[in-house]
Amino acid sequence: MTEYSFHYENVRRRGRYAFVFTVMILALLLMAVININTGPVKISLKEIAGILFAGQTDGTEYDIIWQIRMPRILMAAILGGALSLSGFLLQVFFHNPIAGPFILGISSGAKMVVALTMIFSLGSVGSMSSLAMIGAAFAGSLLSVGFVLLVSRRLHNMSALLVAGIMISYICSAVTEFVITFAEDSDIVNLHGWSQGSFSGMSFGNVRVCGVIIALAFLAAFLMSKPIGAYQLGEAYARSMGVNIRVFRVVLILLSSIFSACVTAFAGPISFVGIAVPQIVRLTLHTSRPLIVIPASFLGGAVFCMLSDLIARMAFAPLELSISTVTSVLGAPVVIWMLVHHCINS
Amino acid sequence: MADYYFKTRDLKVGYHGRALLENIRIDLEKGEILTLVGPNGAGKSTILKSITRQLEILGGRVAVGGKKLTELTYQELSRKMAVVLTDRVRPELMTGHDIVAAGRYPYTGRLGILSREDERKVEEAMELVNAGGLGKCLFTSLSDGQKQRLLLARAICQEPEILVLDEPTSFLDIRYKLELLDILRRMAKRQGITVVMSLHEIDLAGKISDKVLPVKAGCIYDYGTPEEILREDFIRELYGMDRGSFDPVFGSIELPRPGGEPETMVISACGRGIPVYRRLQKEGTPFIAGILYENDIDYQLARHLASRVIREKPFQEISVKVYEEAREAAFSCKKVYYTEIPWGTANARLRKLLEEVKGEAGIECTGLQEQLC
Repeated sequence: MTEYSFHYENVRRRGRYAFVFTVMILALLLMAVININTGPVKISLKEIAGILFAGQTDGTEYDIIWQIRMPRILMAAILGGALSLSGFLLQVFFHNPIAGPFILGISSGAKMVVALTMIFSLGSVGSMSSLAMIGAAFAGSLLSVGFVLLVSRRLHNMSALLVAGIMISYICSAVTEFVITFAEDSDIVNLHGWSQGSFSGMSFGNVRVCGVIIALAFLAAFLMSKPIGAYQLGEAYARSMGVNIRVFRVVLILLSSIFSACVTAFAGPISFVGIAVPQIVRLTLHTSRPLIVIPASFLGGAVFCMLSDLIARMAFAPLELSISTVTSVLGAPVVIWMLVHHCINS
Repeated sequence: MADYYFKTRDLKVGYHGRALLENIRIDLEKGEILTLVGPNGAGKSTILKSITRQLEILGGRVAVGGKKLTELTYQELSRKMAVVLTDRVRPELMTGHDIVAAGRYPYTGRLGILSREDERKVEEAMELVNAGGLGKCLFTSLSDGQKQRLLLARAICQEPEILVLDEPTSFLDIRYKLELLDILRRMAKRQGITVVMSLHEIDLAGKISDKVLPVKAGCIYDYGTPEEILREDFIRELYGMDRGSFDPVFGSIELPRPGGEPETMVISACGRGIPVYRRLQKEGTPFIAGILYENDIDYQLARHLASRVIREKPFQEISVKVYEEAREAAFSCKKVYYTEIPWGTANARLRKLLEEVKGEAGIECTGLQEQLC
């Protein structure tokens, strides 16, 4: 009985996974319904059902639902998932539970390059295509990652890595602020709103581009579950099990950068989701198995961002908070708790 | 010659392009156990890292199963070679079972999901290292010894042809040390798995290995059988030992003998003197041992611990010369300890000596039969 008890344990664990996934999917649906039903313009549930399912195509309600609320909800879900997954991949990469795109300065790098591209090459913010935005953000992400990698090669210390990330974050923000100071007025307004982080003003065109890129990246990340699992045992063991570490690390960084680039390009830098969500998900599932944690992190990130967006929109309506304000308030305590917990354990 | 399963020629290893060791030659057949011995920082781990491709080889060749190491892909190599490393593994929220199951990596599909067959192999490996009960525990919550056993099970699960272990016995208590070495021995002999490992315990190295490779930074030694390598003078040289001693017969190590002019003598035979020697050694009292036959077990230890040993050739009558020598020694002492000795015609002179000592008022003479038997 005791000798084989890990079988029972495995069965028990599967039950737990199924339960957590079910709860998260229900939460996702609930969030979608609440989000769609909430806003300055009251639309009854019946009308919403009519617009969504019965093909009702006229009136401002139709436009509000399809042009404003739906893209926003979808974007919050997709980008939230992407952000959370980006954090998870970085945590795997650095063997560091407190790594994330925001804290390592990757979001700030992306923001800087997007801001520079907007101001210098295109003149006005509105004219930039979705793909160009993502491209610029991706370049910025890689720039920051490159710097952090350089530092991490010399310092194998968890806190030193974070300090390096925070430093690059400050440098990038300084550069961004600097160019904004000298930019045209109309640019500043747009840039300012964007650089605070928000899911507002999304179109279905944005959703489509983001959806496709993130779906592909998600699939790639999911297919990497196996080597990620091996890598969790440490580089040397992973290599001995047949993982080509050099290729693996490059792919991991590229995927993580794609995720955070998409987020930053459309919603601006969003803090703490990348650290807090994967951690909560892991603890809830009580496992690190990437095969489970990757989809769960994505779902969790989606729910978390939809909730945060709801709070951002509604807490002080008609004033709208920036999304980072909400995610920080929700996420930072989790990170602080993790830091304390981690120090006690080690 | 081409039959060797694992071969290195002119192997040069080191870090950052700087060679630490050169000209390493190893030939191992399937099922042989090679142990690397040598002082800390000698480069044992460096060699192991190099032959497992964790570290770039600086020169020479390594061949596994007739194929050059550098020509194998990591994937091909993972089906031939498994490792147990000294790296501290700290995977969060992984159970013992998860860790062992990771060993099935080279055999599972794209997503790494275990088949029924894989599950069975995982179970077998855990049984083999007596870790069945650890499967459901979180790895980080286990003791170092339990972790080590799970990591060994993980390596076994990988079904390698060659197993490379870096100091697998550190962290293990004596029971698991023996168990681990016994498992390795059985795997090597029954399944023909070649084992390359480093060990700190030279006594155990002699008992388990078919071949021993001495390793010391900057020196080139040839590998050999434990009998060839684990000689007392060589071990002293290898480890730079100027205190203490190593007994190649039993593979035991002894602390240095007490210094000073001996004023105590121990008269014993048949192993009865050993606890007395040990006690005097711990007290730091220098002593003379004798008269001992060279094939007496007391003699083996007295060689290392006594300031002076008065000895006689095996199965001979104790000669007058040796008797005189012992008598002189005994009368120079203030204390004599004696144990129970089986008396016969050959050692009659020792009996005579003991009687004389007992009759001498200036010598405090203590018999230790009661306490020791």
